[in-house]
Amino acid sequence: MSEHAALGGKILTKPFMFFAVLFMIALAFLAVRFIFGLGAVTNLSDGYPWGIWIVIDVMVGTAFGCAGYAVALLVYVLNKGQYHPLVRSAVLAGLFGYMLGGMAVMIDLGRYWQFYTLMWPGFIHLNSVMLEVAWCVMAYIGVLMVEFAPAVLERFGLKNVQQKLSKVMFLVIAVGILLPTMHQSSLGTMAVVAGNQISALWQTQLLPPLFLISALLMGYAIVPFESLLASMGLSRPLETDLLAKLTKVMLVVTGFYLVLRFGDLLMRGALGLAFVGDLDSIMFWIENALFVIPILLLAKQSNRNHPRLIFLSAVSLLLAGSIYRINTYIVGYHPVAGGTWHYFPSVGEIMVTVGIFSLEVMLYLLVVKTLPVLHRAST
Amino acid sequence: MALNRRDFLKMSAAGVGGALCANNAQAVQREPKKLPPEAVGMLYDSTLCIGCKACMSACKEANGMPPEQTGETDIMWDTPIELSGKTLNVIKVYRDEAEPGTTQVSLEKDQAQNGFAFMKRHCLHCVDPSCVSACPVSAMVKDPLTGIVEHHANRCIGCRYCVYSCPFGVPKYELNEAFGQIQKCQFCAHLQAKGQLPACCDVCPTGATLFGKVEDLKKEAEQRLAKQPGERYVFPRGILGGDRPPHEAAIPKYNQDLYGDNELGGTQILYMAGVTFDKLGLPTNVPDFGYPTISEGIQHMLYKWMIAPAVLLTGLAYVVHRNTKKSHEAEDESGEGGES
Repeated sequence: MSEHAALGGKILTKPFMFFAVLFMIALAFLAVRFIFGLGAVTNLSDGYPWGIWIVIDVMVGTAFGCAGYAVALLVYVLNKGQYHPLVRSAVLAGLFGYMLGGMAVMIDLGRYWQFYTLMWPGFIHLNSVMLEVAWCVMAYIGVLMVEFAPAVLERFGLKNVQQKLSKVMFLVIAVGILLPTMHQSSLGTMAVVAGNQISALWQTQLLPPLFLISALLMGYAIVPFESLLASMGLSRPLETDLLAKLTKVMLVVTGFYLVLRFGDLLMRGALGLAFVGDLDSIMFWIENALFVIPILLLAKQSNRNHPRLIFLSAVSLLLAGSIYRINTYIVGYHPVAGGTWHYFPSVGEIMVTVGIFSLEVMLYLLVVKTLPVLHRAST
Repeated sequence: MALNRRDFLKMSAAGVGGALCANNAQAVQREPKKLPPEAVGMLYDSTLCIGCKACMSACKEANGMPPEQTGETDIMWDTPIELSGKTLNVIKVYRDEAEPGTTQVSLEKDQAQNGFAFMKRHCLHCVDPSCVSACPVSAMVKDPLTGIVEHHANRCIGCRYCVYSCPFGVPKYELNEAFGQIQKCQFCAHLQAKGQLPACCDVCPTGATLFGKVEDLKKEAEQRLAKQPGERYVFPRGILGGDRPPHEAAIPKYNQDLYGDNELGGTQILYMAGVTFDKLGLPTNVPDFGYPTISEGIQHMLYKWMIAPAVLLTGLAYVVHRNTKKSHEAEDESGEGGES
């Protein structure tokens, strides 16, 4: 018997149909985008060439997808075997986060039909941070597929292949830790070249480690978030013990992040900008308050067994990391043409983003019901 | 053992953080790029510009760009107010009126208060361009000889990272096309290849837009700045050192500065004016090195010869192999092959 089991049950449930409708709405907007161009659906402009399809769907989406990375780091590098039951669902979350991030890129690319030039030896530009990100993400999607393969092989009883795969799995796991370390930090480096077009509240040479650590945090937060939603929505028993231990890891990493973030602001003398009272400073405090909330909620050890507090902390961290990315790339970005450009996502942009996340939920429901992903209930 | 590994991780994290933490940009910067040997450029003298917009019209014709109407739709001529997917070159005006809205006849040219000044906006052909550094597919490239920053749409994937990163807000993407592309001034490379001048320099009636070798243009600018206001000066037209008839005029009151000499690592388009450059929409609060020196410096530090990733991967593979061995043995006994 495997330690994982498929949930079974009806697939076309009411929630599933609800998400399907949201996804269909997104498809309608996408048809308009591909027929009339990006400007027909988005509020992108000559001043704000990047909107939420890049910053939320790709940057936040893949950070959510760091669940597999974060848990693998814990289990296989720090040798915390007790978290092993969380690995499979975390890898699945990663697989969806990254695949849909990749899909969002194809939607947002103006000249998507020339995507192949990213791999064309004569064209690739090795100094480009974006090239490194693109390659790493593509490779990591492949790695996640291999990491998830045991669940599929188990389902179809291919023991032979599974045993062979498990012999080299250590290498796959190692690559699966290396790649997100590289590209999640590089997603921060990508903002460096924008220079002082990005407010000093966010523009720093520490963007790579800050993006990496916040991605790790979001990866850890996704685990209790998903686990508690699954226990409510799919009526499974709670893994409270395990989650309580994980929250401790979350707290330590959050503390480290905040020390680095504010240490950097103080050293660069940029913290004064946080007290100007403009939109930048308001968003800065919202972002960092959301990082601090989990520490306040879970500082007391007895609180760490409360599913509701764990859930709230996880949501707070997910929002914090998301707003950090939105602030860095959109809110804190003041294009040089100055004053005349504004960006707020259009209804179409929002609906496409909602649709992509809906697709993620649908795929998740489909897979946990048909494949052995979730840890077998220990009743 | 677990403690040792954790210590190792802590140490490597601290190492990376420490190296990056040094607030000094030099710590991670790569060498700034140098001006190419045969760099061609333009000297725009705002004080000579009369705002006739002949350069805008010539630019559209030379590059086959469509007219663009902004604001009122019943006007009958090309009226761009900003660079866009349809406009590669635009003349703008700075205006300071004592009482906004009133029609004053006494506005003084090239004066910051109660005055106005013209400005010509397009690609500055940076010595160390952000767009070239950002582009993942070499669709933006800088000519190694002339230094012209050219765009090749046949490689471009439309990611718009060049639009996002340009410190001057120059490249624009055709957002309202199903199959759009990036548009920006390429200094009429196609005309220069035929021995002609860039269209805007060719048509400028006053020599406000002057073509030449960057080094020569810098000397020309220094000469102008060294003269006393009111002194007579012979301003060349079209190309510096060419045989076109020049025009003689009084040296105006210059803002004693040449924009592009070293801003952001230098640009091949140089600006001089009677008012300060921030009033003309140029970023003035900028370092004298290009931002790619920092972003590429970080990348080179982390990825030089891929040594750091290779070392990290080796370490990870070793640790993961060790840590999964035990669970393998346990699983083999129970007849399981988990994904561990």
